[in-house]
Amino acid sequence: MKYLDEYRDPALARRLLDELAATATQPWALMEVCGGQTHTLVRQGIDELLPAGMRMIHGPGCPVCVTPLELLDRAMAIAIRPEVIFTSFGDMLRVPGSDTDLLSLKARGADVRVVYSPIDAVRLAQQHPDRQVVFFAVGFETTAPANAMAVLHAAAAGIDNFSLLVSHVLVPPALTAILESETCQVQGFLAAGHVCAVMGWTEYEPIAERYRVPIVVTGFEPLDLLEGILMAVRQLETGRYAVENQYARAVRRDGNRPAQLAVGEVFRITDRAWRGIGTIPTSGLALTDRYAGYDAEQRFDVRDLHAEENASCIAGEILTGTRLPTDCAAYGTRCTPRTPLGAPMVSTEGTCAAFFSAGRTVQDRTLKEMS
Amino acid sequence: MMNVETATETVDPAQGSCPAPLTETERVLLGHGSGGQLSASLIRDVIVPALGDATKLAGTDPRGEVHGSGGATETSPLEDAAVLGLGVVDVVVSTDSFVVSPLFFSGGDIGKLAVHGTINDVAMMGGDPLGLSLAFIIEEGFPLEDLRRITASVGEAAREAGVPVVTGDSKVVDRGSADGLFITTTGIGRRLPAARLSAALARPGDAVLLSGPIAQHGVTILSAREGLGFDGDVASDTRPLHRLAAAMLDAAGGSVHVMRDPTRGGLASALNEIAQASEVGVVIDEPAVPVPTPVAAACEMLGLDPLHVANEGCLVAFVDPGDADAVLAAMRSDPAGRQAVRIGEVVADHPGRVTARTLIGAERIVDMLIGEQLPRIC
Repeated sequence: MKYLDEYRDPALARRLLDELAATATQPWALMEVCGGQTHTLVRQGIDELLPAGMRMIHGPGCPVCVTPLELLDRAMAIAIRPEVIFTSFGDMLRVPGSDTDLLSLKARGADVRVVYSPIDAVRLAQQHPDRQVVFFAVGFETTAPANAMAVLHAAAAGIDNFSLLVSHVLVPPALTAILESETCQVQGFLAAGHVCAVMGWTEYEPIAERYRVPIVVTGFEPLDLLEGILMAVRQLETGRYAVENQYARAVRRDGNRPAQLAVGEVFRITDRAWRGIGTIPTSGLALTDRYAGYDAEQRFDVRDLHAEENASCIAGEILTGTRLPTDCAAYGTRCTPRTPLGAPMVSTEGTCAAFFSAGRTVQDRTLKEMS
Repeated sequence: MMNVETATETVDPAQGSCPAPLTETERVLLGHGSGGQLSASLIRDVIVPALGDATKLAGTDPRGEVHGSGGATETSPLEDAAVLGLGVVDVVVSTDSFVVSPLFFSGGDIGKLAVHGTINDVAMMGGDPLGLSLAFIIEEGFPLEDLRRITASVGEAAREAGVPVVTGDSKVVDRGSADGLFITTTGIGRRLPAARLSAALARPGDAVLLSGPIAQHGVTILSAREGLGFDGDVASDTRPLHRLAAAMLDAAGGSVHVMRDPTRGGLASALNEIAQASEVGVVIDEPAVPVPTPVAAACEMLGLDPLHVANEGCLVAFVDPGDADAVLAAMRSDPAGRQAVRIGEVVADHPGRVTARTLIGAERIVDMLIGEQLPRIC
């Protein structure tokens, strides 16, 4: 397997930073949409080397962070049932619901298992015909094709003890919601490269046009991000607002057609609640009527289970980029990756966790502002 | 580090903070076995207080205050091994349990691990290993063929290391009460005269040396357990390190201040433990830390940090800068240290914290692993 050293060359990174410093004449504010991009920016310290005043606003692109409390509670109500094997990607397991998390349920005897692909969950269902295997289908457009394929695979093989707890969200409606917000400070976007590898970028063209905002489809390596930032800044400096593609090695304008067809077959577009943000119209996916039989919420009758988010939680403002983790009274004290009070502290892709693991403190920020 | 109890603290919503979850505090989580912060808190907050002064009975001190050598506290409950002063000789003792799944993996098996792991813990405190005890907990129904194979592997590893298995025990438990086979080994060794090692002895200026590539064992086990298909490209680094350790002590004796084999919790957790125990800062040059290409690729795909992934055959040493080159040369002349590199240094700044210079020249904190490593979604 080939590794990515060529996208991590320190000399090239330096050159891009110099070029950025020579190009930027104003303190531009860009948002990277995806949590994977936030992780690289903070881990490598890229955001700290940007020209003075320029800043990256960390967007809502961590699927773990935006999965609503209500759905987590439903997941746990399903996971404690004795007939259920509850499967999930690893980082969902530590996300706090209203009163516990899936790892703690596991310690209390629930059969909760980490899988690396939804197909593994289908295989488990095949191996355990006497059990109900549920897969927690979270994520953006990136993970939707594999989840759709899992349902198609289960349907073709007649496996009916498999179901999905669906919490899929879509990027373009979230961008629109951020741009519509009165407190929006974002002047340009780095779109999530892997989402666009599936969907292409045609959906972003009307957004760039309507809000006059540059959008650059960007990868996840240090040099990808630096180049994406530079491309967005060049547009801002010259008054352009187009969709450009930095991640040409993975993304085509029309995306991946077979993947889109699989998603279209299994899922339909629906309104979705985003944790900390609220319901965004047409911002999520649900199973189509044809595959409604694979809907875990229906199968285990948990749709009446409701949970209220605390209105004063600042996770929402962090996810929309209007405040920083270091603005939160609980950050780094009562709220740490070990004892997360809110979702952005849970996943390593979450903004708060990324800040915390890179050692960002409230003092650092204060010092910087003073200097 | 935060106390476990604070997790149940109720947060005042009026302060503009997030709602508090009732995080599990009264049961053991798998993360308590990860070698990271949760493991440390289990020992510090549960086990050591419950043992009370039983860790300091008259005559000997299992926490390792060395009798007859000035009484300096050389070890703590979080050290790899205890040093017992017996007058004419200092004895190094360590015990370790092995619960790996699967039992057989690329590069080794649970038997080899059980021999190497304990030899290495003894060696990291400067002990020349003299003998091992071997205890099996076997699940009813376990195939005898596998037991023969694993025991033969124990024998082979002990012969290769030149450390005999001198006593042992076996128990069988009901089906379902164990996962096939658990092994506990205890090792005893004679402390080498030149060895004065402890996690608390790192000093500003010390060079940080690493004996070879990291993250191979953890990625191999994960790949084998979950059927991720990286097995062909990766293998566990399990190997005995006592000869390497002895060669280093031979080269520079008292200049080697700390030795650790970064097993569970990875290099990051070991460095953090040393920084905290010695009350110094550690700065590593991240691009200098060797990660084999297939291992790096697997970590990238799974969203794991190689600095947090387990190792079973490398060591990190903190060495006086004047002797660092000599020790590095001694390491490279031993098969277990052929790829040894200098990865950083000890500073007086930020005591208790580890930072990394990233490849683009920024600096960030390297934290301990918290609980289990949880692969990311995308």
